[in-house]
Amino acid sequence: MTRHTILVRATHWINFASFLALAVSGFAILLAHPRFYWGETGYFDTPAAFELHLPVNLDQTGWGRSLHFLAAWIAVINGLLYVVWGLLARHFRFTGYNPFQRVVYLCVVFGLLPLTILTGLTLSPAVTAAYPALFTMFGGRQSARTIHFFAADLLVLFLLIHVTLTIREGFVRNMRSMIMGER
Amino acid sequence: MISRRKLIAGIPAAGSMLLSACNGDLPPTYGSLFDLSNALTFASQRLLLRNQPLVREFARDRITKNFPAINETNPTSDRYQHLLAGGFAEWRLPIVGLVSKPTELSLETLKRFPSRTQVTQHNCEQGWSAIAEWTGVPLGRVLQEVGMRPQARYVVFHTVDGWWDSLDMFDALHPQTLLAYGMNGRELPVAHGAPVRLRVERQLGYKCLKYISRIDVTDRLDDVEDGTGAVGAPYGYSWYAGI
Repeated sequence: MTRHTILVRATHWINFASFLALAVSGFAILLAHPRFYWGETGYFDTPAAFELHLPVNLDQTGWGRSLHFLAAWIAVINGLLYVVWGLLARHFRFTGYNPFQRVVYLCVVFGLLPLTILTGLTLSPAVTAAYPALFTMFGGRQSARTIHFFAADLLVLFLLIHVTLTIREGFVRNMRSMIMGER
Repeated sequence: MISRRKLIAGIPAAGSMLLSACNGDLPPTYGSLFDLSNALTFASQRLLLRNQPLVREFARDRITKNFPAINETNPTSDRYQHLLAGGFAEWRLPIVGLVSKPTELSLETLKRFPSRTQVTQHNCEQGWSAIAEWTGVPLGRVLQEVGMRPQARYVVFHTVDGWWDSLDMFDALHPQTLLAYGMNGRELPVAHGAPVRLRVERQLGYKCLKYISRIDVTDRLDDVEDGTGAVGAPYGYSWYAGI
């Protein structure tokens, strides 16, 4: 068991709260148009790459988007703090974790999270006006939206596995470690 | 790659942007925690867009078939139906407020301005997107004609079906911000906002009001309608929709 520093513990729980808010608000936004496409465009008359059978609800995007971006700002600032500190403090050696755990954590922190952020930014008409290369990188606006959805799904899956393992390997002990910093 | 010199040169720009934001050049607020992140998004995107880049324009063969028409698709008011029946010959667009020459433009007059045609992607807040060609007059060109007063800061748009929204000068004067009267090489169809709709390419589709009926140039938004800056603001649709 590693002893977690105050910075790791604080950023962990801020990340947890903002991730939950992002997942819930992302789902609310999704309900307006639960269809996915590949390429640049996609709308009612074009064949969808796949469609989720969810009840379409057009009235949840207002608070959904507002909460999504509030949580996204908090998650990004919090994440940068964690990564910068982590690199300076050589945190990413992950002593005390097995190789599989290390690979998964590294993939999440340096793979999935940046991918989610970049595909999310590709959905911004203002950001892409400044950086049209984002469209090239992901093969179009609708492709970026689809990748954003899958990357977010994988993050939710990671969260579920993470919580399951936490419970299985001693919930109380793990919580004491992540909240109080005790061994 | 951002060079160190560029990065250092960017710091004062970032600072002045934040300062100007603190001096009150922020989007109008509607009193919630979300204003905080909206203001952060607004300030950082203004920084990214400080050189006023254009959005991508496509070749005509990328135009999508059956561009979706949502919200109002045929205003039922007698006034609108009367104008429509007359081919919008009687339609007039008042441009009032902080301008030296308050004007009522006919569709004919509007079409005599130098026009701009652009094939762009429409990004709906619901998640879909489609490409169309828009022809119209850059709003900035029209505002120049009516002579904006120096204190003018916002342009407020009203529509025949009771919608209203506003832009600040940064977006109002962007070359791709159009009063569009043509779509895909034809007159703008009724379902898409005939005779004139707004195109604001660097924001979500809900800023592109259809059925424009009046333009009001102003120095403040808190005394316009309910003071929130846009019809959708109370429903959580942020005034600035660069997202």
